[in-house]
Order: sequence, then structure tokens, then C-alpha cells
Amino acid sequence: MSRTEPAVTFEAAAVRLGGRTIWRDVSLRVAGGEFVAILGPNGAGKSTLIKAILGLLPLSAGTATVLGRPPGEAKGRIGYLPQRRTFDAGTRIRGVDLVRLGLDGSRLGVPLPGLPGRARTAARVAEVLELVDAAGYAREPLGELSGGEQQRLLIAQALVRRPQLLLLDEPLDSLDLPNQAAVAALVRRICREEKVAVLLVAHDINPILSYLDRVVYLAGGAAVEGRPEDVISGETLSRLYGAPIEVLRASDGRLVVVGQPEAPFVHGDRHAHA
Amino acid sequence: MLAHEFMRNALVAGTFVGLACGLVGYFVVLRAQVFAGDALSHVAFTGALAAAVLGVDILAGLFVATVLGGLLIGVLGDRARADDVVIGSLFAWTLGLGVLFLSLFTTRSSAGNGTAGVRVLFGSIFGLSGSDVRTSVALAVLASGLLLAIARPLLFASLDTAVASAQGVPVRALELGFLALVGLVAAEASQAVGALLLLGLLAAPAGAAHRLTASPYVGLVLSALLAVGSVWLGLSLSYLVPTLPPSSMIIASAVGCFTLALAATAPRGRAAGARRRS
Amino acid sequence: MPTPEAAVFQGLSWNPLHDLHELFSYPFMVNALEAGTIVAVMAGVTGWFMVLRRQTFAGHTLSIIAFPGAAAAGLAGLPVALGYFSFCGLGALALAGVAGSQRSHSGESAAIGSLQALALALGFLFVSLYHGILIGLDSLLFGTFLGITRGQVAALLGVAAAAVTLIAVVARPLLFASLDADVARAGGVPVRLLGFGFLLVLGLSVAETSQITGALLVFALLVTPAATAHQLTSRPGLGIALSVAIALVVTWLGLALAFFSIYPVGFYVTSLAFALYVLVRLARAL
Repeated sequence: MSRTEPAVTFEAAAVRLGGRTIWRDVSLRVAGGEFVAILGPNGAGKSTLIKAILGLLPLSAGTATVLGRPPGEAKGRIGYLPQRRTFDAGTRIRGVDLVRLGLDGSRLGVPLPGLPGRARTAARVAEVLELVDAAGYAREPLGELSGGEQQRLLIAQALVRRPQLLLLDEPLDSLDLPNQAAVAALVRRICREEKVAVLLVAHDINPILSYLDRVVYLAGGAAVEGRPEDVISGETLSRLYGAPIEVLRASDGRLVVVGQPEAPFVHGDRHAHA
Repeated sequence: MLAHEFMRNALVAGTFVGLACGLVGYFVVLRAQVFAGDALSHVAFTGALAAAVLGVDILAGLFVATVLGGLLIGVLGDRARADDVVIGSLFAWTLGLGVLFLSLFTTRSSAGNGTAGVRVLFGSIFGLSGSDVRTSVALAVLASGLLLAIARPLLFASLDTAVASAQGVPVRALELGFLALVGLVAAEASQAVGALLLLGLLAAPAGAAHRLTASPYVGLVLSALLAVGSVWLGLSLSYLVPTLPPSSMIIASAVGCFTLALAATAPRGRAAGARRRS
Repeated sequence: MPTPEAAVFQGLSWNPLHDLHELFSYPFMVNALEAGTIVAVMAGVTGWFMVLRRQTFAGHTLSIIAFPGAAAAGLAGLPVALGYFSFCGLGALALAGVAGSQRSHSGESAAIGSLQALALALGFLFVSLYHGILIGLDSLLFGTFLGITRGQVAALLGVAAAAVTLIAVVARPLLFASLDADVARAGGVPVRLLGFGFLLVLGLSVAETSQITGALLVFALLVTPAATAHQLTSRPGLGIALSVAIALVVTWLGLALAFFSIYPVGFYVTSLAFALYVLVRLARAL
């Protein structure tokens, strides 16, 4: 795939869940190799957007293409990290096995020693573990690793098939600040070195602000897309929310968005998932 | 020991049943569905005795009951947890129904058949005929083959449902298919160790394997080996001391393995707990 | 071979008074009814808390442990009740230990499943060693109303009275600890001690109930009436009373039906309890 062909395009797309339209008239364009953040308050439909890209949720209006195909048809070329995935303390499976499943988990049968593909698989797994700096603890049981370590292994799993598009749903939210910074830097490095388009959902822009190419901001059932400095401004956000929003810059350079109303909580939403 | 046909039959059938139980049991423990084994043991008991009362072949009755039972548990989905009162009551009632069939069967048939209940509950591995053995082996090979074929996607779907589903793995179909497979293996194991004890052959060798290794495919093989080993040990003990029933000795061997595995890995567990908290 | 109970069958005369009179004319039946009443009261009270605390699987496992206890006692020539109580008490301790130690849910369930299977395997071993022929296996597993002695009734009464009194004394803190452990602990309630004590009482309850329903069918008296009561009301006092009432009705009716027919008491008790539960749930859903 060439650098000029877009990774994801949405034209006037909308999604309905449980009788409610989550967002409508969303148009966006993510180019190959771009690092894009998807921002917005809780309940705005950020995870919904990811699932629509994966083809797990159908569009109720508009069109979308993902890596040149309709959503859901490019499964092998997309790496996916779902939201809030931590493994319970007793999980005995190892990181290296988890990563390997990302590569061959959907194939039937069991991997037998001596089969030709095995060496290639092992080499690729080792390579991607090196890439995320997780080789040191990849053979420990997952349940015994810290949150940051687990997250790196999960990113490795998402990368193992050499995807052209990486979808990360709130990968930073359960991490402490140093780990957030480290994982953000890692994602940026992968984006540049491996030429992967990255869509990262976050509810706090600050850990990734300096690495971003573009931002998609979802709120109030609509979306705005553009460069970070254009989108994260009081004027743009006020228009998006339909309410007065201020964007303040703290003394250490962090951006703080003030005045955003929470998305209305409708009980049925929580259960309306694919 | 091997000169006796009943012993040879028991060893052959037991080996293959152990193989199937070890393989399927690994996933039962991984997926925390041990309670399903408990529920299926009640279904096996009732199904076998219903078949006896109706005059139908007992293995057929077992098989139909446990596979349907497995599918039922799968359909109930999230509800099928150990502490769920509804499911527990349903399967407890199934056992009560089985008791009815037991008494119907024993009052209806001649005095010599009074032990049918015991055979169903605790197995009759020393009483297998040549054709019984062939059926057992065939079914066990089928079950093991199916399990090995779906092992990888099942592992993926069990550990990492969201990503597996995003990659196109048919998670729901695998869930149901797996439980039907557990039903099949439960029916087989009922013949060997009885409906009441099959839970042990599913849980103990697999539990030991999970403690001993974190590598999934090694664990799978280990679970099968431990199950087969327990069968051999149990049968040998029972042969040497005939008053010891074979099914009890097989289960005792399996649980013994598990206990040893727990004891051997306990220090590591404590150290790991300390590391996670840091 | 017909069940021992079948030998007693005299036939229903369709005159309730006459039938009842006949029922009461057999001392063993009177014993059975008395034992059943005591067990039902204890099961109703303990079961209500057990369902509240979501410990039904623990209860089920404990009842399985009753089986080798009774069989071992028979083998050693000791009174069966001793076997029941000691094994269930030890089992409660073991469960309290297991619950704390296992780090993973799957490891814990593998351990409990193995414990269950081992208990059944050992029980079968003891019964085989004792009898050679397997008489008595049925009644140990599925219950019987024959052969309950005055001594047994007295033992049941003593243990039940102690257990129910104990629960009555700690009822409020136990309720608090069951519903909201963290807040209770902060308020000074000894949550762990209560939890442990409750498991012990549960063990005794299970041991008692097993003597009527057999080790495998304890669920029917201990869980199902309590679950039905929980469906009907969430008020503790009323709930416990209902739980006891349902358990009593199910036991009396089950025993009477088993007396007048050839089918085993275990079947009647589980079916009655389950049927009532299903009815109540359906009624609530409509």
C-alpha cells in the first residue's frame, strides 16, 4: 500500500445503537503512517468508532473504507487493542504465547515442532517483542506483570501481523504517568519506523499531544477533525459542543479543556454493544 | 497382570479415555468451566438410567444426555457459573430425577441388575467387553482429534475474546462446540470412572498441568500425560489390591498428582505475588 | 432389587385421616418426621444466609464431603452421625483455607472440583471395603427415612438448637458483613471471623441435612427453599421465616409421599422444592 492511499475514510457516517444515534455526519480521512488521536468525553462514541472501523458495528448512514475495502474485510491487516484489558492475577499464560496467538490464533490445529512455518513464526514474535522492548519479561505469566508491562505485550500482539493500521482503544488509561509517556513514545516510534497508521482513543490528550499528526474530536453526536492546535481550541470545541468551552494552557504546557458537559447518560447504552 | 483380558481391555480403554479427558480438561480449567463438569456428571447419571429404564442402550442414552447438557450450559452462557442458584437447582433436580429412574429400574428388573446404579455412578472399567473397548477408543480418538483441531482458535477465544473475534475467530460457535465436546468426553469417562467421578478426571490432571507450566501447548500435552498416568496407576493399584475399586484409585492418583503439583509450586506462587505488588 | 422403602408400601386408602394415622403408627416414620422437621428448620435458616452470601457451591461441595465421612464411620464401627459432623467440620475448615489461598478463579475451581471427586472416590472406597456388596450406598447418597433412631433425633436436635441459636445471636452483624463487607469491617464487625464461623455452621447444617436427603441431594433442602424465599421478599426476618416454612412443607410432603409410594424420598424432595422455585420465578416474571 502506498503512502498516499488513505488508511481510513469516513463520509457522512452514522451509527445507531439501541435505538439511539451515537454520532452522525462524521467525515474523516486518516492517511497512511499518520498518528491520529480520537478524543472526546465519556459516552461520546469513541469505542463505537473503532468498532465501526473494524466492521463489528454496521453504519446506519454514510460510507466508510478501511485500507481500501469496506469495514470488516481487511481483518488481517489491522492490529487491534481493545479497551481495558487486564489479566487477572492468576492468569498463567505467557506474553510470548499471547503475542503468538495474534499471529496464528485463528488457524486450526496445534503448532507442531518441526513444521516449516514454526521457525518463521518464532522469529517474527521475537522481532516484535524486541520492537516494544518487552523481550525481558515475555516468558513470565501475564498475571504477574505490571500494567505497563502487560500493555507493551498487548501492543506487540497487535503489531505481530505487520498491520497497516493500528487501532488502540484507551491504551493509556490504566497506566501511571511515566508509563503513559513511555507507551506514547513507543507508539509514535512504531508509527514512524513501521509506517503504520495509528488511531489511538484517549480521553486525555496530554500524554500524546506532542506526537500527534491529527486529532478527531467526538462530542455531542458530531465530530471535528484537523490538526491538534486547530481542533483543541475554545472556538472549535464550543461550536462542537454547542456550549461555551475554554481551552487553557497550564504552566507546564498541558492543555486543559474546561466546561464540557458530560454526554447524557442513557441506561440502555451500556448494554448496547456488538 | 497383562495376561488377563479384563485388564488389557481396561488399560486400552482407560488410556484413550484418559487422553481425551486430559486434553479437554485442560480447556475446561482454562475457561473456568469446572462447574460444567459437575453439572454434566448429574446429567450423565440421569441419562444413563433413563436409557436403562426405557430399554435403550446405556451408552447412547449417556451420550445424548451429556451432549445436550453441554449445549444447554453453553446456551445459558454467562449464567452457567458455580454460584448461580438457578443453574445449581436445575442440575440438582436432574440428579433427583436420576434417583427416580434408578429406583424404577431396580424395581423393574431382576435381582442381578441391582448393581446397575453403582456401575453408572462409579464406573465399570473392569467389566468392559471387546466391543465396549472399541467403542470407547473410537469415541475418544474422535474427541481428541476434534479438540486438537480447534485447540488454537479455542485458546485464542478463551484468553482474548475481543481480539480473536476482531480477527474473525467464530467465538460463539467454538464455545458451544467445546461444551458439546465436554459432554461427549463426560459420557466416555462415565463408563470408565462413573458419572460421579468424571469431574475428577477432567479437573485434577488439568489443574496440575496449569500449575506446572504457563506454556499452553506444553500444558495441553502434560494434562493428557498426567491423566493417562493416573489411569495406569489407578488400574495397577486396583489390580494389586482387589478390594480397592479402580475408579476410586484412578481419581485418587489424579488428585494426588494435583496436590503434588500444588505443593511443588507453592513457593513460586508466593514470590510472584510479591513481585506483582511492587 | 427393590429399595428397602418399597417393602413398607401399604397402599393409599384415599382417606386422608386414615392414611395419616397409618403414617404416624410407625415409630420409624415418626422419627423420620421429627428428624425432618429439625433438619428443615436448620436448613431453612442457614440456607437463607448461604444464598445471600452466594456460597451455594461451597455448600454443595461440603455436602459431598459428608459422604466419605459417613462411610468412614460405618467402616470404623462408629456412629454415622459422628462421621458426618467431623468430616463436614473439617471440610468447612478446608474450604475456608482454599478460599483464601488460591489467586485465580480457575485454579480455585479446579481445586474444589478435585476435592469433590476425591471425597466421592474415598466414600466409595470406604463403602466397598465395609460392605463388599454395596448396600447402603443408595441411602448414603440419596437419603432414606428408614432406620432413623431416637438417638439420632436427639443428636440432630442438639446440634440444630446450638447452630440456630448461634446464628440468631450474630444475625445482625452477619447480615451486615454479608451485604457490605468493607463497610462492616470499617464499622468494627469481625468479617473474617464471621465468615469462618458461618462456614462451620454451614458444615454442621450440611451434615444434618445429609442424614435425611443423602449427600448428593442436600441442595434441595438447603438452597432451593432459601432461593425461593429470596425471590419472594428481600426482608430478612420474613425471608428466613419463609425459607423455613418452605423447607418444612417440602420435607413433610416429601416424606409422606415417599412413604405411600415406592419412589425414593430424594426424588420427591428435590422435585417439590424445584417445582415451587420455578413457579415462584415464573409468577414473578409475569
